[in-house]
Amino acid sequence: MVKSIKEGFLQEGKKHAYIEDLTTLPPVEKERLLHTGVDVRGHSRAGTFMQLDNSVVHCRSVQEGVEVLKIGEALEKYAWAGDYFGGLIPFEEEGLGQPLSGYFIRVLPGINARYPVQASLYIGHEGLAQEVHNLVIIEEGASLDIITGCATGAFVKRGLHIGITEAYVKKGAKLSFTMIHNWGEEVVVRPRGATLVEAGAVFSSNFFCLSGVKSLLMYPTTRLAGEGAVGRYNTILVAPPGTEMDVGSRVQLSAPGTKAELIARTITTGGDIINRGHIAGEVPGARGHLECRGLMLSERGRIYAIPELEALVANVELSHEAAVGKVAQEEIEYLMARGLSEEEATSTIVRGFLNVNIEGLPDMLQQEIDRAIAACQLGM
Amino acid sequence: MLRLENLSVAIGDRTVLEDINMEIGPGETHVLFGPNGSGKSTLLGTIMGFPRFRIIQGRILFKDEDITALPVNERAVRGMGIAFQRPPTIRGVLLRNIIEIAARDGLTPEELAAGLDLTAFLDREVNHGFSGGELKRSELVQLLAQNPDLVLLDEPESGVDLENMALIGQAINHLLEKEVVRWNGRPLKEIRRGRTKCGLVITHTGYILNYVEADVGHVLYKGRLSCSGNPRELFGCIKRVGYRECVHCVL
Repeated sequence: MVKSIKEGFLQEGKKHAYIEDLTTLPPVEKERLLHTGVDVRGHSRAGTFMQLDNSVVHCRSVQEGVEVLKIGEALEKYAWAGDYFGGLIPFEEEGLGQPLSGYFIRVLPGINARYPVQASLYIGHEGLAQEVHNLVIIEEGASLDIITGCATGAFVKRGLHIGITEAYVKKGAKLSFTMIHNWGEEVVVRPRGATLVEAGAVFSSNFFCLSGVKSLLMYPTTRLAGEGAVGRYNTILVAPPGTEMDVGSRVQLSAPGTKAELIARTITTGGDIINRGHIAGEVPGARGHLECRGLMLSERGRIYAIPELEALVANVELSHEAAVGKVAQEEIEYLMARGLSEEEATSTIVRGFLNVNIEGLPDMLQQEIDRAIAACQLGM
Repeated sequence: MLRLENLSVAIGDRTVLEDINMEIGPGETHVLFGPNGSGKSTLLGTIMGFPRFRIIQGRILFKDEDITALPVNERAVRGMGIAFQRPPTIRGVLLRNIIEIAARDGLTPEELAAGLDLTAFLDREVNHGFSGGELKRSELVQLLAQNPDLVLLDEPESGVDLENMALIGQAINHLLEKEVVRWNGRPLKEIRRGRTKCGLVITHTGYILNYVEADVGHVLYKGRLSCSGNPRELFGCIKRVGYRECVHCVL
């Protein structure tokens, strides 16, 4: 499947040299990076990774106990890394003909990173296929926030991004993984993600795709494998005309006392959204809640919500809540009665709809997200 | 302040209000009585300009301007404010946000909320999970922020317990400039003359009259104004004989 989708895209772009100082990038590109939460100055960041096309152009960590490496380098440096790499998502094919790229981020046991690590996966060449395979390991009792910004260059319309991200959140550790996508309108995006969460650990994923893309297909999966592990997915999608998104998230509750919460907010302004969600309760005492809300801001487009709950034993508590429709007239009138015009009222309601209050998210990250939401064109 | 002239209103194809005439002068508070389904809420909604109420005849004048064709927000900007009977929940929009949207004066959400015991609600989603009394107070705090010249209240007493009722009565009197001001040597007549805010209050139970002094009462029966007069006298009569008698006046 991967093979066929790559046809028609450039397999190997030009090699890019290492960029010591990311602030030397052209202002228009810096602006695009900023919209995906990536600050080229590296202020208030524990580390920065940037991959341009298929070359790693920047990679460093400024906090002790936080490692940021190229994945190839990490596999050479640590023999054990091979046990993790491909451990959750087995390789489908051998010898991709390209040097391995992607990031390796690891936090040593007991280290609580004060600032997030930022990673940027950037397509700068028209028509290029970018492939990454990332590995994240949060060792026991450690914690980290990661911001991943995936984008195409300001003048790139067409491209392919294939990304694999495997994450291990060990006993008592915490990982908050925020990913903001900002693609050109003819870009095909195929990320895959799998996370293993051990006892007492917490994994939160926040995914935002607020602008057009040709096709985005993803269904990351998390297994809560240890007692009391917690998994959260927040997914915010906006699909303009010409965009197809098939995005889901899945959590397997495989240990007693595990808890999952999946929240999705989707908006179409004419694009097609399939929003999936799946929680499987495999052991007694597991709990999960799934919420899909969709807003149709156009007569065209489609939102297809598919929430799935699967109980494999009797003593699990699974629930879901789904609602799809247009902006309620009575809500618009309510705000108009307080003095807003119809357009202002509608946009206030829509921004409120997207305003998911993400539990445990650092203020700084919330600001990045607020900025991304404010910048997103809702076609109104 | 507000004048309704030969107003007839339809919802869909059904005529709900017929030939309504009413005038509310500056400083006056009117109450609207009537049985369920008589068209009270429709009349309030029509004055505010909600599009589902279609005016088929007549016009609405506010501050001597014909506002019959103006949208809701233009009426709000000109000084009309309404407290909803069943306000909607708006997810992700906080009570604080909507107070800021409504605010025409310099008061902060904190100052306004404190007066209605709503401080703890400022950072909650507006109306989400609010109890009956909390909803009414939420509506009133928004109106206080808006500080309208014409206050439209749709059953402000419904679903409210006694304790809340006093708070709500106080807020309404504040909105209508009817607070009992400590005597400062000014004759009462002068205080009353200085009052400009006016109100139209729907009441089903008449209970609100114990808290807010009204100047004129109207009875709406089957879409027509059947009589107007002293509100306490009208209410007393309704209590004794019910709305059945109104049919004679409509015919």
